[in-house]
Amino acid sequence: MKPFTVHKGRLVALMNDGINTDQLMPSRYLSHIEKKGFGKFLFANWRYLDDEESVPNPDFPLNYPEHQGASILVAGDNFAGGSSREHAVWGLMDYGFRVVIAGNYNDIFYNNSLQNGLLAITLPKEERVALSELPPETEITVNLETQTIETPEATYHFDINQENRHKLLHGIDDITQTLEYDGVISAYEHKWNDFYQPQDRAERQA
Amino acid sequence: MGKTLYDKVWQTHVLAGEEGESQLIYIDLHMIHEVTSPQGFESLRTEGRHLRAPEKTIATVDHNNPTVDIWNVEDALSRQQIATLERNCKDFNVELMDYGGADQGIVHMVGPELGATQPGKTIVCGDSHTATHGAFGAIAFGIGSSEVEHVFATQCLWQKKLKTLGVKVTGELQKGVYSKDIILHLIHTYGADFGAGYAMEFFGDTIDNLSMEARMTMCNMGIEFGSKVTMIAPDEKTYEYLKGRRKAPVAFDEAVEYWQTLYTDEDAEYDAYIEIDVSDLAPYVTWGTTPAMGLEFGEAFPEASDHNIERAYEYMELEAGQTAEDIPLEYVFVGSCTNARLEDLVEGAKYLKGRKVADHITAVVVPGSRRVKLEAEAMGLADQYIEAGFEWREPGCSACISMNGDTIPPFMHCASTTNRNFEGRQGPNSRTHLCSPAMAVLAAVKGKFYDTRLDDQEVKSHEAIYSA
Repeated sequence: MKPFTVHKGRLVALMNDGINTDQLMPSRYLSHIEKKGFGKFLFANWRYLDDEESVPNPDFPLNYPEHQGASILVAGDNFAGGSSREHAVWGLMDYGFRVVIAGNYNDIFYNNSLQNGLLAITLPKEERVALSELPPETEITVNLETQTIETPEATYHFDINQENRHKLLHGIDDITQTLEYDGVISAYEHKWNDFYQPQDRAERQA
Repeated sequence: MGKTLYDKVWQTHVLAGEEGESQLIYIDLHMIHEVTSPQGFESLRTEGRHLRAPEKTIATVDHNNPTVDIWNVEDALSRQQIATLERNCKDFNVELMDYGGADQGIVHMVGPELGATQPGKTIVCGDSHTATHGAFGAIAFGIGSSEVEHVFATQCLWQKKLKTLGVKVTGELQKGVYSKDIILHLIHTYGADFGAGYAMEFFGDTIDNLSMEARMTMCNMGIEFGSKVTMIAPDEKTYEYLKGRRKAPVAFDEAVEYWQTLYTDEDAEYDAYIEIDVSDLAPYVTWGTTPAMGLEFGEAFPEASDHNIERAYEYMELEAGQTAEDIPLEYVFVGSCTNARLEDLVEGAKYLKGRKVADHITAVVVPGSRRVKLEAEAMGLADQYIEAGFEWREPGCSACISMNGDTIPPFMHCASTTNRNFEGRQGPNSRTHLCSPAMAVLAAVKGKFYDTRLDDQEVKSHEAIYSA
């Protein structure tokens, strides 16, 4: 996972509430077995006018010329509900987003974003509206160390769980950390494996 | 102070970490399918890690398999994804339910059918509807692919304990009203993200009286209420359901003794609590693009009070003041991990009696698993559906997720027993109306949505005449 410390970039706003993972990454793209290349399919149903991802929808904000290269997504409430597909996060990252700013998040999506170094920030609606109204060329600085979003006009503070902040700042790999607990994991297994012994396995062993 | 059901199961599984922070919890059952597992397996290979507990991992193919002819997977990527799962299961020694075999089906049908889903377990799967298994008194939740990989390597996950939400449901459901209607009512009343951050527990006399199948339907849709985890305390029905199943514990009586300790203590407190009486509940149908945009049958669709509702009307081509009867249905889909169990097909068939699917409707039944399909065929249910004009398909996720060739055609309105009516969920520009299997089947034969409570009386009076 890439560490996240400070990110400078421009934003694009999609202020609808309830943007879900079927919108972020429609199911027809989930048959790919890699983690890469999902950026092209991000928001495909809204972003393209055809099924082959070749005709961009000129009315969709991500396609506006002034929003090309934007790396901060500002959205409405209840972001990324629905399916657990991590492909939604892979799509956001591959497209070039490093930060999402929304009202609140689905629990599974939030965990998925942490695992990939995508910073998901919660801000009140009025602050998101103010951000969304900035001129598109405005450069914004998102600083995880100081927990601030700086624009030429204002500085917004955001809260984040300190443990999650630490993981993001240092790009910590969960698995390496967990493997250090091998002893307690084995102890649990020693205590419970017999209890959960299924009939079919018991029969095979007999 | 007493403990909630969630507290009790959680505590047993904590291996490290302080409460209030992320804690390391052990995972007793990891179910996998072809869509969210390939990246996890690939990372195991590249990192040189092994799969810690293959015997606690079970696999099935469900999202990609076609339902007309499962042996003819037309899409090359789908074929590759299925083949990848087969190879991964072989390489890492994971039991894969044979493609086309008796144990294959939607992952959330397979776990309970095998008896692998049990009270007191922690159960995860790379699929948000894993909450379904909470109907047995397990902590069950959906995870992303990175977490799938983490469970592969460690059989554990770092999770922060959720807050608890108690939902007491009381009252006797009217004939023609089902558990699907209860959960749609809750989501409509409180909002689609009300349960975010909570583990929700259902209890009360209504829940006690529900079958295991009906309980699974409610827990399945807990995630549409925002709750990552949804639970129901185990009882005699739970033990009866599990007894004799292939993966039930070998020391079954001992297990039951332990399971009987899994309930919320009387003096325990939930962080949030709601209570509903369902005695007068009517069947539900959704009109919009979130499960919260639903209403009791007969109620007029609301005025567009914000841009979200405006957008939903535009997408669905419906307007304020209309009712469910005005929805121009052309498609009926009975399927998915929400409502494609045997009981669902039995309830639906009650509304078929000597009737035919309306001419303008395409109606499809996709049993949730091979077991359900075979049982329904043995009981003569399949014949009833086929004679009425339904297509009777092979098991799978099918048009619920629309990644296997099964889609609702663009702009068509579909009465669907699934869990999500999101834009494009059942195919680009598809228009999904969530409802119970009974509502969907009745809609197919009436040609439009109709009140299952009224029809049930018609069916009953018909029966009464016959038996007189």
